[in-house]
Amino acid sequence: MALLNLREINKKFGGIHALNKVSLTIGGGEIYGLIGPNGAGKTTLFNVITGVYLPSSGDVEFNGKSLIGRKPYQVAMMGIARTFQNIRLFQNMTALENVMIGTHAKTSAGPLGAIFNTKSTRSEERLIRSQSRDWLEYVGISSQIDYLAKNLSYGDQRRLEIARALATQPKLLALDEPAAGMNATETDELKLLIQRIRSDGVSILLIEHDVKLIMNLCDRVAVLDYGQKIAEDIPSLVRQDPKVIQAYLGGDLP
Amino acid sequence: MDIFAQQVINGLVLGSVYALVALGYTMVYGILGLINFAHGEVVMIGAMIALAVVSALLAVSPDMSPFTLILIASAAAILVCVFLAFLMERLAYRPLRNAPRLAPLITAIGISILLQNIAMIIWGRKYKMVPQIFPTETHEIFGASITSVQLFIVAISGVLMVGLLLVVHFTKLGRAMRATSESQRVAGLMGINVNKIISVTFMIGAALGAVAGILVAGNYSVAHYSMGFMLGLKAFTAAVLGGIGNLGGAVLGGLLLGLIESIGAGYIGNLTGGFLGSNYQDVFAFVVLIVVLVFRPTGIMGERVSERA
Repeated sequence: MALLNLREINKKFGGIHALNKVSLTIGGGEIYGLIGPNGAGKTTLFNVITGVYLPSSGDVEFNGKSLIGRKPYQVAMMGIARTFQNIRLFQNMTALENVMIGTHAKTSAGPLGAIFNTKSTRSEERLIRSQSRDWLEYVGISSQIDYLAKNLSYGDQRRLEIARALATQPKLLALDEPAAGMNATETDELKLLIQRIRSDGVSILLIEHDVKLIMNLCDRVAVLDYGQKIAEDIPSLVRQDPKVIQAYLGGDLP
Repeated sequence: MDIFAQQVINGLVLGSVYALVALGYTMVYGILGLINFAHGEVVMIGAMIALAVVSALLAVSPDMSPFTLILIASAAAILVCVFLAFLMERLAYRPLRNAPRLAPLITAIGISILLQNIAMIIWGRKYKMVPQIFPTETHEIFGASITSVQLFIVAISGVLMVGLLLVVHFTKLGRAMRATSESQRVAGLMGINVNKIISVTFMIGAALGAVAGILVAGNYSVAHYSMGFMLGLKAFTAAVLGGIGNLGGAVLGGLLLGLIESIGAGYIGNLTGGFLGSNYQDVFAFVVLIVVLVFRPTGIMGERVSERA
């Protein structure tokens, strides 16, 4: 069964047609790659899925429910988490606190509980804390637990973003260029981490420029160009698609 | 009596109130980048409501214990102010969330004038005397005197300030507030209901403001529809002095400003040979504001202002 189902998504910004009738489905447990030249609309698509942008037309269905008109925090609560192309951590909070923020989607204590420090709030707080430690360990940065996010190394910041997203207990994890700026070793570690996340039952939507990573990791790949999906298939077939080659290398089609 | 010690004590009392009000300014600024100039009026409304409740209760049962009286009055004042802050944010500021920065600022000034006028219509133009609920006892510390009401002011302010810092730094609500102040967009994407957090921030600031209003009215035994204006301006100065957006800064700025004013007022007569008297007390706050804005616009503990302003 499809976990995420996009039907004919259009998004216009003034005269710019950023997304043009994009349809795609992501199944449970799938790693789905999204590639395309800069400005092709990949990040816009992320923003439509996560509720940041309202599409001009079309429908986004997740787990059988439409996401149209839902606020980003509601989408997060329903089980879609994301990371950012330019790292967007809460810089002045510790690594642990960043992950703890992610758990907000799945915990219930309200403001009054915090102000009056009730018993249920305190026990929930302990639970949040231990879960968040576990997530830091899961992504392999538990030694950095009390450092401010801004003081972590670049690779660790990327991992922390993934831990924060996982703490929302998503069914779908959307990663926006997670390997950007990483060296070969870090990229290999990232690949293992993504595979582990998938084997733990989370579907993954991956935007990436590292073609090798995409080809090694993804079950299926879609290619966006000028807001349109020009190809979608298993990686080995997509890389031979003349339309894809043309989009990346330029020039006229034969 | 030791004049210096006395002025330090007066300054700390005054400063505690400034700090409490400054926290309301700085919390809202930290999360929205908005200077809520109507906050001083929330403080005034708190004082007025408490006074009205106290008068009504005394009229019905004159023998009520002072503690019950003040508890009921404070609860009523806090509830009204919290609700007022909720309405203010929901009706006036939220629709302007994405407007240019000047729009909400002008709106804030407008709400401030509106609230003053509503208070004037309800409670009249005259200064209202606050009944003496507690017997005035005077204690001696370091050769200076402090009344029981003043002690109470310092104690209550201290407890509330520490409580707020604990909430902000060690609870889920506090984390959500800090996350929202760093980035509303990312906080939303991580599952935080940003609108709710902003609403709650306004409401907590208003609750602290209501308490401050009650303390001020109790200290000076008088309340007036315009009392929030100068107090609000001073507290804003305190927030800027400490570094607006920074909670610890608001506390520090409030206490410092109280001390500067009080010590300045105590000595200015002697220093100028009687040319300027202690009625120039208010001038100090604004001299401080100008000096801070010229030489250290980010305030003592502020860092983020430069990014936001």
